[in-house]
Amino acid sequence: MADASTKSVLTAPVFKNNPIALQVLGICSALAVTTSMSVSLVMTLAVIFVTAFSNLFVSLIRHHIPSSIRIIVQMTIIASLVIVVDQVLKAFAYEMSKQLSVFVGLIITNCIVMGRAEGFAMQNGPKMSFIDGIGNGLGYGFILMTVGFFRELFGSGSVFGFTVLETVQNGGWYVPNGLLLLPPSAFFIIGLIIWVLRSFNPEQIEENEFKMKHNTEPKEAV
Amino acid sequence: MEHYLSLFVASVFVENLALAFFLGMCTFLAVSKKVSAAFGLGIAVIVVLTISVPVNNVIYNVLLAEGALAWTGISGAENIDLSFLGLLSYIGVIAALVQILEMFLDKYVPALYNALGVFLPLITVNCAILGGVLFMVERNYNFGESVVYGLGSGVGWALAITALAGIREKLKYSDVPGSLQGLGITFITVGLMSLGFMSFSGIQL
Repeated sequence: MADASTKSVLTAPVFKNNPIALQVLGICSALAVTTSMSVSLVMTLAVIFVTAFSNLFVSLIRHHIPSSIRIIVQMTIIASLVIVVDQVLKAFAYEMSKQLSVFVGLIITNCIVMGRAEGFAMQNGPKMSFIDGIGNGLGYGFILMTVGFFRELFGSGSVFGFTVLETVQNGGWYVPNGLLLLPPSAFFIIGLIIWVLRSFNPEQIEENEFKMKHNTEPKEAV
Repeated sequence: MEHYLSLFVASVFVENLALAFFLGMCTFLAVSKKVSAAFGLGIAVIVVLTISVPVNNVIYNVLLAEGALAWTGISGAENIDLSFLGLLSYIGVIAALVQILEMFLDKYVPALYNALGVFLPLITVNCAILGGVLFMVERNYNFGESVVYGLGSGVGWALAITALAGIREKLKYSDVPGSLQGLGITFITVGLMSLGFMSFSGIQL
């Protein structure tokens, strides 16, 4: 593929073909880690790393994998990468790895990683697969950071741990919205993000199975 | 006994895998369009969780945990800590278990096999299973607790997906704004359900 499409491979997953908002992949491990932006950032970096490198390695050996055991081979590659991430986090950012708890491990079953390895890396060369992995990781991160931004800003009045809205407890004016620190708010925010994204890209709207008939007009009834 | 009962209730309602920890969301959203399909998947998840959590508990305590290999009698074995291999072995065990379960059901319980059919292979990549196993390891459950926890969290997940499917079956007759249709409104519905389940938090038996 030419250089022109390198850019599109990298940017398309962020807005046009977002893995979370459009393909409904990888929501599993995403939502619980969005209470603050720094946690979301670490999670994003971990996912970009795993997606990019698993794509690279799967693509490198794609001609040698017998198709009957390809899922197991992909799983092994992904699991090994996740173990690397997990060990690095435990060694250099122990507090962070405690906060992420089981969700680092759950990157293995994150459908984005598996889906891209199966759907893209098995057909394309190593370089494009690597870029595709980064692109999809970025698309995932984009949603994660947006959700994290709203939840941290309105839930605890700060961004990346720096106070933006002075909360009442610290003598400021802002009464934090506790709901945004609770799990359900992540669903609402993602639902609203999907609403906004699809309003700008009407071709993504799902067809309604049932069409509502208009109410009978008064003059028709008579 | 009371301890186990309280653990069961907590894992079904308070710490519901789907609504409190967002695990298994991909399948949760994809297979919740019809109640019958959702129920079938729910049963499959209960079965796999009830088996895989205790099995992984044994594997962790006998092979992987620090000093767990002491029973082999090899000198120095009590210093071996293989817990970094955890992720790799759990996912392997889950995949193998699902495969074995599939073959077993196919041979001995064909009725159940036909009912579960397509859902069994799907479960390998369901984060709820791996999530349940990882929570079990993180919280240091013993064998008995892990059986109860596996069963309870499976029931909780099945309950949640069946409830969501029921709501979505009704929801498709309602007039939802165009761009919110489908995925968007489903997310918001799940959010509301999750709020409902939060009211269970803090319950102690």
